[in-house]
Amino acid sequence: MKFLLNLYVEPTEEAALAGELLCGQVFADPSITAAVRSHDGVAAVTEGPYTPGSDQPTGCYLIDCDSRERALEVAALILAGRDGGVEVRPLMDSAGMEM
Amino acid sequence: MSAPPRVEDLLRDLAPQVLGVLLRRHGGFEECEDAVQEALLAAATQWPVEGLPDSPRSWLVTVASRRLVDHVRSEQARRRRELTVAAMEPEGAEPSGHDDTLNLLFLCCHPALSPASQVALTLRAVGGLTTAEVARAFLVPEATMAVRISRAKQKIKTAGSFGHGGLDAVLHVLYLIFNEGYTASSGPDLHRAELTDEAIRLTRAVHRSRPDDGEVAGLLALMLLTDARRAARTAPDGALIPLDDQDRDRWDRALIDEGTALVTDAMSRSPLGPYQLQAAIAALHVQSPTDWEQIRILYVVLQRLAPNPMVTLNHAVAVAMTRGPQAGLDLLEDLDDDPRIARHHRLHAVRAHLQDLAGDHEAARENYLLAARLTTSLPEQRYLREKAG
Repeated sequence: MKFLLNLYVEPTEEAALAGELLCGQVFADPSITAAVRSHDGVAAVTEGPYTPGSDQPTGCYLIDCDSRERALEVAALILAGRDGGVEVRPLMDSAGMEM
Repeated sequence: MSAPPRVEDLLRDLAPQVLGVLLRRHGGFEECEDAVQEALLAAATQWPVEGLPDSPRSWLVTVASRRLVDHVRSEQARRRRELTVAAMEPEGAEPSGHDDTLNLLFLCCHPALSPASQVALTLRAVGGLTTAEVARAFLVPEATMAVRISRAKQKIKTAGSFGHGGLDAVLHVLYLIFNEGYTASSGPDLHRAELTDEAIRLTRAVHRSRPDDGEVAGLLALMLLTDARRAARTAPDGALIPLDDQDRDRWDRALIDEGTALVTDAMSRSPLGPYQLQAAIAALHVQSPTDWEQIRILYVVLQRLAPNPMVTLNHAVAVAMTRGPQAGLDLLEDLDDDPRIARHHRLHAVRAHLQDLAGDHEAARENYLLAARLTTSLPEQRYLREKAG
């Protein structure tokens, strides 16, 4: 199962994720982010993140692991006791079971 | 490689046996695997030209052992002497080749490894897939898979090769490999579907090694009976087709017959187990008309033998088909409090299906939509949304 981990803590070294990490990125500062919104067919740009606020993700990891439980464990490993959080977002898969 | 298919098939079958022998004698996963790879390469180039040796397996063991000796010679003189002695040991008193394959499977399914690592190592070391092939089958980058496999080998080294999870662990890993391939068998994921063939091939090898084990036969039967429906389970556009609506002419009769015979034979002469029961249920599902009462009874037994919420869910369906939808719906209520399944899409999909049967279409619609939100499978989501209308 694949999960996107959105980090709300400083990105850490990736050794703990070896064998499960597919890729990881560190985000640039939110102040140089822009949001593009479309309304009535007209696109408008606003400076700053899509959802304003002080809680902005600092980066993300894409991981492949056995289960949701394991993904939550990995999130705790990333936090390593530091204050902050990790959002664990399951990804859709193209495999499926008939019912 | 220009080797004719016969040599390739032979090598594929022998590779895990030879690796098993080397590991048993010398240990050291990485080194042994390299030596076996070199021996296989030598065989693939020499045999088609010079003909098969009298004993292909001994030939490979001898060549691989010699390579292993060559490799360690420069490292450790002491170790070299031991290896040379070991390589000259007669083969007479050794376990059969199939046992070596099985022992290698035991090692790959070491309890110190996560299921994902067990699966990867099994495909690499026993199945003979390249790291790139394993990576592609699981839709992960090759670098990730390479790390996963080498970490697994290290972990086995640290944990010691003697402890293993036994036959249960091996069967579980083979089942995981099968399912990974089966659920993906459509459209862009066709190369993942090869995993079902690989799982069946390896399970056949275990069955040859343990012909009297009812659960091994049961798992093989379950795979064959499930795989028999592969061509009928998806529409050309990738949409999932439920069992009831599948074109039965597209089911593979030969696989159904083989699987049914296997499970019938196993159940008549070995203690009952979960794989045999699931295979028996799968065999009933491909008969016409479906004997739901028989299926219900088998689920009752399965629930006693290997209770889990997914079995309870399937039991509820069988109860609904024999005693009416409300009787099935009543059984689902307990599952709402079970954290293992309460938020699983299948519970809500089944409830929706039974509500539909009971004529409560409005409630059914809501539960189909709830199930569609909870699944992480695109084709399942599409199916559930279509059911919601």
